[in-house]
Amino acid sequence: MIGFWILGTIIIASAIWTISAKKPVYSVVGLLANFAALAAMYLTLNAEFLAVMQIIVYSGAILVLFVFVIALLSSGVAPFSQGPNRLPKIALPAIAFGFASLGFLMYALSHSMLSYARFPRTGGNLGPVGTAGVFGSVADFGKALFTVQLLPFEVTALILMVAVIGVILLAGDQTPYVPSRKRAGQVERSMREAILRGGKR
Amino acid sequence: MAVSVSSYVGLASVMFFIGVAGVLLRRNPLVMLMSIELMFNAANLLFMAFSRFWLHNDGQIFAFLVITVAAAEAAIALAIVVTVFRAEKDVDVDQVRSLHG
Repeated sequence: MIGFWILGTIIIASAIWTISAKKPVYSVVGLLANFAALAAMYLTLNAEFLAVMQIIVYSGAILVLFVFVIALLSSGVAPFSQGPNRLPKIALPAIAFGFASLGFLMYALSHSMLSYARFPRTGGNLGPVGTAGVFGSVADFGKALFTVQLLPFEVTALILMVAVIGVILLAGDQTPYVPSRKRAGQVERSMREAILRGGKR
Repeated sequence: MAVSVSSYVGLASVMFFIGVAGVLLRRNPLVMLMSIELMFNAANLLFMAFSRFWLHNDGQIFAFLVITVAAAEAAIALAIVVTVFRAEKDVDVDQVRSLHG
């Protein structure tokens, strides 16, 4: 109970910090706090594997990618770190509309059956980590992932492969690699000349 | 007093609206991408909460798929950002005209 409110406060505060920070690096730090608090909240919801996944994939891979891109783009002449921050004309209507719809949602929630819905007990004693049949354990998740949900799992592999190919096409080296005999000869000749020069230009 | 399901729904919707506000209000492409990640995570939190509510791990599987798609999306989007803004002086998504086709 108290844990939920503490974690929820951290989540909302860090989310607001993420979208309001002046520099993108600070936004990344806010997002990191957000994801860590979310991982703790997943643990309270008996999702052990997804909590670890949140830390590894989001904090470990995606945020590092963000930091890497920020570093890459701000190394040039243009200071990427201070992005434009002017508010578009739709700011006030968007904020008003957002609060109105959020208030409507909260009103509907407080009058719905969900506000009486309590979480059921997980069914007695939690076994050691890895016991199948216990809700939320890693073994339970893995068993479902590799038996019933095998096709979605393979589709994620396909999606990741398509993403890798797309990234290489978009941001990779534009000159195609031509493994021709002529090119190999050129490379060999230039290497031999470099050796003959003895490192001197 | 235990935490009800609607508390999680409320927290996730607040988080989602913060993400929407980030996409609408910021013009920096990286911060917009981070706001999209916030929205993904709000959806994930709902998947977790309802998965726990029904004591069924299909929601967790779906959250796993969402994490995968989010990783792929972040990689592609960051590649586009790098490609577009490598030569640009200004980082403003309103000024980008090269993606119009």
